[in-house]
Amino acid sequence: MLVWSRPGRIVLWVLFALIFGVLFLAPLAVILLSSLADQWNGVLPNGLTTEHYADVVKGAAWNSVKASLITGFLASALALVSGTWAALSLRLQGDALKQLLGLLFFIPSAVPSVSVGLGLLVAFSHPPLLLNGTVAIVMIAHFVLISAFTFGNVSAGLARLSPDFEQVASSLGARPAYRLWHVTLPLLAPYLVAAFGLSFALSMGELGATVMVYPPGWVTLPVSIFSLTDRGDIFAGAALTMILVVATLVLLLGLERVTARATGS
Amino acid sequence: MSEAVAIRAPAIRREPGKFWIVPPAALLALLFFYPLALIVRQAFLDDSGVANVAEIIRVLHSRFFLNALINTVTISVAATAGCLIVGLVLALILAFVPFPGSGFIARLIDTFIALPTFLVTLAFTFLYGSAGMLNTGLMEAFSLPLPPVDFLYSTWGVVLAEVTVYTPFILRPLLAAFSLVDRGQIEAASVLGARPFRIVRQVILPAAVPALIAGGSLCLLLTVNEFGIVLFIGAKGVITLPLLIYGKAIQESAYQVACIIAVVNIALSLGLFGLYRFAAGRLGV
Repeated sequence: MLVWSRPGRIVLWVLFALIFGVLFLAPLAVILLSSLADQWNGVLPNGLTTEHYADVVKGAAWNSVKASLITGFLASALALVSGTWAALSLRLQGDALKQLLGLLFFIPSAVPSVSVGLGLLVAFSHPPLLLNGTVAIVMIAHFVLISAFTFGNVSAGLARLSPDFEQVASSLGARPAYRLWHVTLPLLAPYLVAAFGLSFALSMGELGATVMVYPPGWVTLPVSIFSLTDRGDIFAGAALTMILVVATLVLLLGLERVTARATGS
Repeated sequence: MSEAVAIRAPAIRREPGKFWIVPPAALLALLFFYPLALIVRQAFLDDSGVANVAEIIRVLHSRFFLNALINTVTISVAATAGCLIVGLVLALILAFVPFPGSGFIARLIDTFIALPTFLVTLAFTFLYGSAGMLNTGLMEAFSLPLPPVDFLYSTWGVVLAEVTVYTPFILRPLLAAFSLVDRGQIEAASVLGARPFRIVRQVILPAAVPALIAGGSLCLLLTVNEFGIVLFIGAKGVITLPLLIYGKAIQESAYQVACIIAVVNIALSLGLFGLYRFAAGRLGV
């Protein structure tokens, strides 16, 4: 305890509550409130309604929930396979190459998402690689942007893994493929699940690259929310944002529980 | 993939294992580095494919580019400074003056990392917009004819939104660093009569410097690249580099101009990424 006097501590806690309330709590609370607001002319809404949610579920916006979930799932799955593969095979490289390649796998996370989208537009707008206007280009954009995070999470997991298990397995005569499948990957499982959850969440909220490349039939949630609010339909935008937030949190909490149960902690 | 680890263990059969890196590396090369190289190439070619270097000079001297560059740097530096201050205050209280439920609150702030950035901007519209709660409240209370608070549609609106979104990125490494600070040292210092402010300055802050530098450079990088917050605020005067690239490419179909600006933006980001890696690697965060 740094501050011993009770009044001193209370002053600090009030300061904390103020910062936390203004910066973090108020935005979430006001999004929830506005997604339920009937009319909002005064300080508080005049009444509450679930109408915005009903509109959103009935309308075209529901398609964007599906588009986001499918894009997030496929891009995260691909990023998980590719990131795990990269992290595992990087262990076979010499030190210099390992460092260089490790850096290259991280670079996509440093490049602005709009530029990633622009690059894909420039690269894949002509035959033989004509992907512009297809759903695939959205998946690719999301994959590129989240691949570095998956790679980073799995690498961190590998670094923390005790080498003993693998050595014992191979000294007991476990074939390499058997060892990977029955020893290394199960030990990595918590990191794989966490990597998948984080990539899924990032993909669900991705906007910069998606607005550059999305075709008319594949409008993801963030793009849909932007066009709603841009048209002035901010209450529907808030309702759709709440759906995005809840979907993301349910996903993350669900995966956390799965990991906790698997590792017995 | 299964053979990847396989070939590693026996030293003599080490060589073939090196090729397992090729598939993921090739995928990344095709989908990321090849498009990146084409952006650089396109920066030298006009939209009909003819070399046009004069356009680069025109864009780099244009008012819209310089304004966006200045805006981007100003917002990024101001937001990072804000994140460092707010993050430090919150982390100090959470770690050294804990209250019931402070662990839960720390985790709650942490989940903000996973939420879309534009959520905060949308919320700020309801809170601080011209018809938002704060302005309506003030107008009703003091019978004002016009909304008194209008920082939202300026640089400061973007900065405040980015402070909210990126403070968790400072808080996380700071709390990790604070958990390693020896509590006995603090108690000893305070028994010997050191005032809290002095303990923070002489005992706690030195331990926090690596986390502050690494977190701060990460914040600089993320705020330079931020797109959603600026797009959602939609203020005419607040155009940053990513927003300018979007406008030129999608709204004006001026691909060469977009690529020239993108090259500058990418170079800036990679420089900050280098700074972050250097800081994080050197300080062992």
